[in-house]
Amino acid sequence: MTLSQYPLPRYQIPGVVGTLVRYALIGLFAAAVFGPLLNMLIWTVAEAWYFPAKLPLRWGFAFWTKVFRPEAGAMKALYTSMVIACLTVALSLVLAIPAGYALSKRSLPLRSLFLLFFLLPQAFPTVAVHMNIARIFYGFGLTGTIWGVMLVHAIQGLVFAVWIASAAFAAIGEEQVEAARNLGATPLRAFMTVSLPLAAPGLMASAIFVFLISLDEFSGTFFVGVPDIRTLPLTMLNAALEGNYQIASITALLLLVPSILFMLFVERFLKADVLASVGK
Amino acid sequence: MGAEPIISLRGLRVAYGSNEVLKGIDLAITPGSFVALLGASGCGKTTLLRTLSGFTPASGGSITVNGRDIQNEPPERRGMAMVFQSYALWSHMSVAQNMGYGLKLRRVPREDIRRRVDALLTMLGLEGYGDRSVTELSGGQRQRVALGRALAVEPQILLLDEPLSNLDARIRLQMRHEIRSIQRHLGVTAILVTHDREEAMVMADQVVILDQGKIAQIGSPEEVYQRPQTPYVASFMGAENIVACETIRDAASMTLRLAHTPQVAVRLDENAFSVPAGPVQVHFRSEMASLGAAGDAPDNCLRIPGTITQASYLGGGYRCEIKTDCGHFFIDHPRPAQIGDAATINIPVSALHVFVRPGNTEVPRPS
Repeated sequence: MTLSQYPLPRYQIPGVVGTLVRYALIGLFAAAVFGPLLNMLIWTVAEAWYFPAKLPLRWGFAFWTKVFRPEAGAMKALYTSMVIACLTVALSLVLAIPAGYALSKRSLPLRSLFLLFFLLPQAFPTVAVHMNIARIFYGFGLTGTIWGVMLVHAIQGLVFAVWIASAAFAAIGEEQVEAARNLGATPLRAFMTVSLPLAAPGLMASAIFVFLISLDEFSGTFFVGVPDIRTLPLTMLNAALEGNYQIASITALLLLVPSILFMLFVERFLKADVLASVGK
Repeated sequence: MGAEPIISLRGLRVAYGSNEVLKGIDLAITPGSFVALLGASGCGKTTLLRTLSGFTPASGGSITVNGRDIQNEPPERRGMAMVFQSYALWSHMSVAQNMGYGLKLRRVPREDIRRRVDALLTMLGLEGYGDRSVTELSGGQRQRVALGRALAVEPQILLLDEPLSNLDARIRLQMRHEIRSIQRHLGVTAILVTHDREEAMVMADQVVILDQGKIAQIGSPEEVYQRPQTPYVASFMGAENIVACETIRDAASMTLRLAHTPQVAVRLDENAFSVPAGPVQVHFRSEMASLGAAGDAPDNCLRIPGTITQASYLGGGYRCEIKTDCGHFFIDHPRPAQIGDAATINIPVSALHVFVRPGNTEVPRPS
């Protein structure tokens, strides 16, 4: 037997088919992502749009003035959302940095079990979890407070923050920390001057993630915060339930503003950090 | 060597779980000397360095530095600066910040740090690189920064963990001499871990050869090269051709003969070889033997007949593989050799390293 008797089998798909499939998939993907967004954008400037018209019958910004009226509460809700998101990010980072660092050590027993354990609450239906959290928080007087809502957001954000932080710390070479110790740094000093700055990009990524989760969170806010705390997603859902698509769409667009601002801020911060290490 | 040792190890043992990596190391290092820990991978040389620096705990024995036991000191209080194989530079700091790190920890005034780092940059041939990011540097430059970072804190003891093995061959040769001359200039005691015998010989005053967690031999480069005390040291120092022999003592002299072909024999000068009569294994270097025709009979040579099976050009000459009845050998030959020709290997008696062969063990044949 020689191997030349057994050539590699050839399965060839005509090039045209491949190209067509590729463009079809791209088109589908684009429609899935941008279709609803486009529809939402149109709704924000539609004053009248009835079935079965394909496009609005009357265009205009009438609903914008409605949303931005002080008594509509949208601006106040936006402010509340942002305050809660910032607090949630701060709390998550404070907890995720030590937890992620500890979990990044390969010598830690049951390390993977810990990481899985963190995911567990996410496996249950959120409504059930949040209902019970609200009951517990009521006992502590946390329902209807900013702190209560922040905590319920942080519970969800922490899962991801800890996972990302642990990956960021695990990526740092053991020898880089040892080099600092070797030159005279105490363990804490080595952590502050070497581990933490080297893990910073990963930690920033987890901050963005937590911020977005908090900004978008609905069910926890609903059970813990209502009626005293009204965030933008709650306002949006109210409008949508009342069939007021214009207000819901404009609110959604409003919700994009802090997300984009935060991402720009973090990106700037990251760049400045990199620049500092290059330039100085 | 009248000076008190700066480092002394007594019966040092290190174990990872039930796996004992160092099995009792006794070593005294004189101040200002350059010691190379040489051995194959897994012999414990890196573990020894990490135990000295405090990153790996010892399971027995003692480490004293300047007469003081340092076993319970954390790494930051041992006064040893280490250069890592991976450089271990901090990418979020500039070259100057990396090198000034140890000084900043000691609260040295900023002006003094700058002056000292500048002096080091000049010494290492890195003028003007202070503000660069370490990620912009080449491998050789990075290793220089790592060396400067270690030297900045004026350590008594410099630990070098295979510092050159990630570098290109040419830069490696140059860095050997640079590190050696900086060490001499500063008078710092240096301990180098390496698996490259040439590197160890070029850089060190003392070579410590480790074999499976024990010291196989300690000596100057000349001593370990010319008078290896164990078969492992002989092989590691380049005497890699091995042939099984026997020694026979008669009234006046000692005779060495091949185990497989007893008619091939040579008389040994008894003063030079202190082996008892019986089975032995003989090591010799490729460059110390020569190829001759079957007819000529040079004096005082072990002569093994064989056939040339391979020849490759090395620049200075040809390295030939010779197949004989007692194994394959690599022999250097100044002229091109015809594959398939008969040739006789002539090894001068002075080039033989003879060791007792325990029992009738088979001698590993060079592959």
